[in-house]
Amino acid sequence: MKLCFFHLMPYQDLPDNFEKDYHSVWVDAPNSLFDPKKAHHMYNDFLDELEYAEKMGFDAICVNEHHNNAYGMMPSPNLMASAMIRATSKAAVVVLGNSLALYNPPIRVAEEMAMMDVMSGGRLIAGFPLGTAMDTIFGYGQVPATLREKYTEAHDLVMKAWKEREPFAFNGKFTQLRYVNIWPRPYQQPHPPIWVPGSGSLETWDWTIDNDYVYCYLSYSGYKVGKTIMDGFWDEMERKGKEFNPYHAGFLQIVAVSETDEQAKEYKDAIEYFFKKSLHIPAGFGNPPGYRSVKTNASQAGSSTIDSRTKQLSDFTWEDYLEAGNVIVGSPETVRQELTHAVKELRVGNLMLLLQFGDMPKELALKNTTLFANEVMPYMRDIWSEYDTRWWPEGVDNSVPTPSQ
Amino acid sequence: MPETIELSLRGGDFEATVLKDGSGPPLLYLHGAVGQKGWAPFLSALAQQFTVYAPYLPGYAKSTGLEKLDDILDLTLHQFELLDALGVSKAHVVGHFLGGMIAAEMAALSPSYVDRLVLAAPAGTWRDDAQVADLLAMTAGDLQTELWSSASSSMSLSTADFEANARLKAELAADRMVDLTAAGKFLWPIPDRGLKRRAYRIKAPTLVLWGENDRIIPPVYAEDFSRLIPQAEVSIIPNAGHLLMIERSEVFSAAVAEFLS
Repeated sequence: MKLCFFHLMPYQDLPDNFEKDYHSVWVDAPNSLFDPKKAHHMYNDFLDELEYAEKMGFDAICVNEHHNNAYGMMPSPNLMASAMIRATSKAAVVVLGNSLALYNPPIRVAEEMAMMDVMSGGRLIAGFPLGTAMDTIFGYGQVPATLREKYTEAHDLVMKAWKEREPFAFNGKFTQLRYVNIWPRPYQQPHPPIWVPGSGSLETWDWTIDNDYVYCYLSYSGYKVGKTIMDGFWDEMERKGKEFNPYHAGFLQIVAVSETDEQAKEYKDAIEYFFKKSLHIPAGFGNPPGYRSVKTNASQAGSSTIDSRTKQLSDFTWEDYLEAGNVIVGSPETVRQELTHAVKELRVGNLMLLLQFGDMPKELALKNTTLFANEVMPYMRDIWSEYDTRWWPEGVDNSVPTPSQ
Repeated sequence: MPETIELSLRGGDFEATVLKDGSGPPLLYLHGAVGQKGWAPFLSALAQQFTVYAPYLPGYAKSTGLEKLDDILDLTLHQFELLDALGVSKAHVVGHFLGGMIAAEMAALSPSYVDRLVLAAPAGTWRDDAQVADLLAMTAGDLQTELWSSASSSMSLSTADFEANARLKAELAADRMVDLTAAGKFLWPIPDRGLKRRAYRIKAPTLVLWGENDRIIPPVYAEDFSRLIPQAEVSIIPNAGHLLMIERSEVFSAAVAEFLS
């Protein structure tokens, strides 16, 4: 299976009273709380952590896009990815991704992703999220009722821009261009593999399956809740008569490894910071009217919206997080067993690992990465070895990289 | 009881439900962002002097075609087609919030359709110093509170108003996700869609009504409409919130009837 090192780049210095006295971590958290001098160190620590993950043999490093928030400081994931492309040579670079409806004109995405693909020699995985409501509706002022239509139109334009070899005109509802003619075009032909992150929306499943893209379920509910969503996805695949392949899906899991189960409490502060501060999102921002379809809101995924989930998660204790599977924490042996179980339950071939979270200091993030790479990763590599992935970048050497000592 | 008219427009692209009652000169009532929940007492009061037509806008209740409307121009043209289909060539137009914005656009785009115009807490402009509430970020609970002049206002209502109020609160919460999907298309993120460039064309004598305690769009916005519309008078209704026509239905319908007569 593919083991991908995922980074959110959280702002790590929110005040102790943040969740009590501030409305939200997203949309309207005042940037007077942002200290540029401290964030300078955070950004550079995070880039070091990503670079280290490649050295330790992770198959990919992942970055992502968020706006107006202290949850993840990457309004432009492409900047971080391009820094990583220069600092790495083996790992796939997963930009998960560019929220297509937010770019005007959207060929900007086609251009920048083509640049990254060419610079990296074909190591790019192109992620196309619809984007959270906080990022798209509230942060970037998109109209909920037309967001998905705008997104799919932008997708069609980007794909055509990547594939066409002659200039063409594009007469869309949201974008009109007389000459579409991107330079550069992607290194990978006809285009980089496409991954679509989602949170259980039925229309995202349909669209992802119909286009033969990878569906990535990103949530912090952990694998136990995630299983109901992933089962829904696999059922939908079957209904559509598609052949099962675990690499058709990805899943994000928070993992923390220590020498012993007892020692793993060293991650408690970072876990609590993450769930109580980084995910301090009030009811109202997660699922505004029109963001999801009536059908999705009536479904299982809709009934457990980000609003209700985060409220519940913020009240959890350390033991609750472990019990619910929000985090997989413990000795290498504990993590190996639980994570292997999770992957097999979820039937996912692309595992995204969040090993740095909350206000976890760099030393602890590197320790977690080292222990995971040396003590857990080797035991997981061969899961799903009977399947091939057709959603992996061609510029990556598919042999198993050797961890550095 | 009002009659329910089902219209099919443009080859079935738009199925429109229109409530109709009363007799006298035609009056078109256009509801606001949170929709209309049946036939309210203020419509009954107006129906005593006017033939009242109260359509559900596309995307509300059983009226369809929202996805065929890209912008406020499309939505406004839809109202003219509705009037044509009803056989009404000229009407008084009364609109609340989103409906007020459409009513003003109708009067600006095609003045001959509009006899007299009543704008109740209309949307359509923007003030940095007094921002329109963010309806999309409100929970059902927030919305139920913010739509009224104050949480305890129902204590001072007549029995009929109190019952209408209580019924409405429950239905507003239930329908919020669908209703505000439609409203968001024309009001989000900023409800200024260019009316200020067109309002000079409004020929109809205009009454601008506002609830004194409107917490969705504060009464200071009345200044925009009195400045932009050539013949506009403003009246502020005391002890009323955003849903002034529900909360103070007798005062509201009396003010409207007097202006139109």
